[in-house]
Amino acid sequence: MRNTGERIVQNALMLVAFSALASLLLIAVFIFKEGLPFLLRTGLRDFLLSSDWRPQEGHFGIYPMIVSSLWVTFGAMLVGAPLGIACAIFLNEFVPKSVMRVTKPTIELLAGIPSVVYGFIGVIVVAPLIRSHLGGPGLSVLCAAVILGIMILPTVISISVDAIGSVPNSYREGALALGATRWQSVHMVVLKAARSGIVAGVILGMGRAIGETMAVIMVAGNSVKIPHSALDSVRTLTANIALEMGYATGQHRQALFATGIVLFVFIMILNSLAMAAMKKSVK
Amino acid sequence: MSDPVQISVRNLSVYYGKQHVLRGITLDIPSRHVLGIIGPAGSGKTAFLRTLNRLNDLNPDSRMEGKILMGETEITHSDCDVVSLRKRVGMVFALPVPLPLSIYDNLAYGPRLSGIRKRFQLDEIVERSLKAAVLWEEVKDRLQTSAFRLSGGQQQRLCLARVLAMEPEVVLLDEPCSGLDPISTARIEEALMTLKATHTIVLVTNNTKQAARVADTTAFFLMGELIEVGPTSRLFVAPTDSRTNEYISGRFG
Amino acid sequence: MRVPPKVTQAIAVALFGGATVLTLAVLVFVIVFVLGKGLPVVSLDFLLQSPREMGKAGGIFPTLVGTFLLPLVAVAIAFPLGVGTSVYLTEYTVESRMTGVIRFGTDCLAGIPSIIFGLFGYIFFVEILQMGWCILSGGLTLAIMVLPTIIRTSEEAIKAVPTSYREVSFSLGATRWETVLKVVLPTALPGIVTGVMLSIGRSIGETAAVIFTAGASLRLPDSLFDSVRTMAVHFYILAREGISIENAYGTAAILIIAVLLVNAVSYGLMNRFIARRTK
Repeated sequence: MRNTGERIVQNALMLVAFSALASLLLIAVFIFKEGLPFLLRTGLRDFLLSSDWRPQEGHFGIYPMIVSSLWVTFGAMLVGAPLGIACAIFLNEFVPKSVMRVTKPTIELLAGIPSVVYGFIGVIVVAPLIRSHLGGPGLSVLCAAVILGIMILPTVISISVDAIGSVPNSYREGALALGATRWQSVHMVVLKAARSGIVAGVILGMGRAIGETMAVIMVAGNSVKIPHSALDSVRTLTANIALEMGYATGQHRQALFATGIVLFVFIMILNSLAMAAMKKSVK
Repeated sequence: MSDPVQISVRNLSVYYGKQHVLRGITLDIPSRHVLGIIGPAGSGKTAFLRTLNRLNDLNPDSRMEGKILMGETEITHSDCDVVSLRKRVGMVFALPVPLPLSIYDNLAYGPRLSGIRKRFQLDEIVERSLKAAVLWEEVKDRLQTSAFRLSGGQQQRLCLARVLAMEPEVVLLDEPCSGLDPISTARIEEALMTLKATHTIVLVTNNTKQAARVADTTAFFLMGELIEVGPTSRLFVAPTDSRTNEYISGRFG
Repeated sequence: MRVPPKVTQAIAVALFGGATVLTLAVLVFVIVFVLGKGLPVVSLDFLLQSPREMGKAGGIFPTLVGTFLLPLVAVAIAFPLGVGTSVYLTEYTVESRMTGVIRFGTDCLAGIPSIIFGLFGYIFFVEILQMGWCILSGGLTLAIMVLPTIIRTSEEAIKAVPTSYREVSFSLGATRWETVLKVVLPTALPGIVTGVMLSIGRSIGETAAVIFTAGASLRLPDSLFDSVRTMAVHFYILAREGISIENAYGTAAILIIAVLLVNAVSYGLMNRFIARRTK
């Protein structure tokens, strides 16, 4: 009887263990089910490469949104990656462990600040600064890049800190014993060893930036057009979905789900890259 | 207390992955008897002990051949109910491992698994086991405090008491005194001398003197083989195998 | 000309130190700014009254209720699934192709952006299962979203339980499940709770996944099948539609305090957990 009980528990747990995988599949299936027929009907080329987004007239081209998403994400990386990596290096290599023990949790605590709050700061503080000093509407690629760059800092820092922290101390001591300064030991030895982990952190940060929705809606301006400068107002893939989902019907709605598919594929590619980098860093 | 049993080991081999850790062990352990097992590190002593309560099963790479009879039960059989086997065969590990519970709950862990829930029954078992492990006097006033608060020697006696609380027929001890000071060691040995009147005991030790003091029969393991087994009084005075002689006279190991 | 190492060292320290200070300053600024503008708005009335005129006046009480209920439902669903998964992965199976696939699925799920969860929750729970915009739809969607966090933190916590505890438990005649229930899970509990708290924090701050699944009703819910608005959604609507910037600040202040509190508790727990492990 006891054995039967154990077997039931084991089978139940096995079933439960597939919950995450099953959820993932369910999500994929339903997003694709809603969007894929539309995608096949319109044609991948027309959908991805046309700049004509006029849902009312039946024109669904998301090229501007793709370009905008890439620009905003790229900009966020320019802001967040150097700052985050510099932070991680400084905390690991140049300050006493006690400072690190306080700073790292503080930064991770800040990762919990809701994205809408960052978006709000963008609207209230960053956009007016851009408008008055650089011109343009303020709500722009630049504004989104700055806000997203700040938002991904905790992700980049926390993963990079772990990557750098896992470099064995003997490497550093080896370099220092040969007469290297702290900085020489860092850039010649430590960074090389921690490279894959840092790359993984940056890619995961990119994933977060490209997937962010509400904050981007607030700060990017949301005009459907291909940006010509960092001061132009843009609409990202995520913003496109969230802005129009509320009232979209029929084909229009399917087009939004198709946009979701594009986003899903982007994210999957980024995640696979990050996982590959992580694996490499474990070795 | 239930009757202790005789254990018969027939041609037992154990593999951990590709490693052949026990090679064709054949051995009888009479009931109410202390078998001491000596031998250098890596000779398969612990692996042998872990086949007697099938704890090797936890290692998915392990595999065994041969046969062990404990009383009437063939414990090496795949149908053997290992859970009830482990209730008959208690084990004390090399390092004391109190569970993160109070002293009382550590002792009551086994009995509760067997379905004993009544407070007065548990109280009685706890007191009797602690007394048998020569620990009662030191802890009777603080049974509800964490077991981690005890000293190393006390913790190991707690582990012995925890085993006795299950009223096992066989007690396995895996180098139980390796981390203890001489006084704690003496306490444990004192407990063992009393226990052998009622239990079958298998004591693995890397301390040949301890085997000489406690064991009725001593077996010498080397590289997974049983080199020699015999009455302790004879084995330590006149070993038949030269390797046994070299080991007990301290030439290696 | 070659720059002397001492100079590069000094430049590096200045640069990296500057970046660190800048980062911390920005993050602290966000908090101080929002609290500074928001706290003066907050009063007992603000917390306990219902909003009037779509939130232009009055308080935020219903959104407090929503913010409390939604993460609660999410965790109530995700907790057994997540802990069960991690118990299965650590205690009931050896590393194999199957566990690899499960881990891969979990990692992928962790990277999916919240808007996709929102889309999925909308099409699946709200429409296909005809549950409508409600607490349950939102809670289920959030549960899927936080599942990877709970799985990962629980797995870490369970892996950190010494093997010797398990051996002792087995040697005393416990079955695997008894060992899990009586020894492994209690020992791993602080770590598991940390994961739960982080999940609650994330759910509190989430907007995109919630707005499409739980809706944005300002009425107090009667059952799990009623729509609610969380503070994050309320804040978003107030700020985005320019209904009341003042009340937006007030809501944001409470939101930030709630999230920081939850996160602080979870880090506190984690530290105690680590301290106990290394003792």
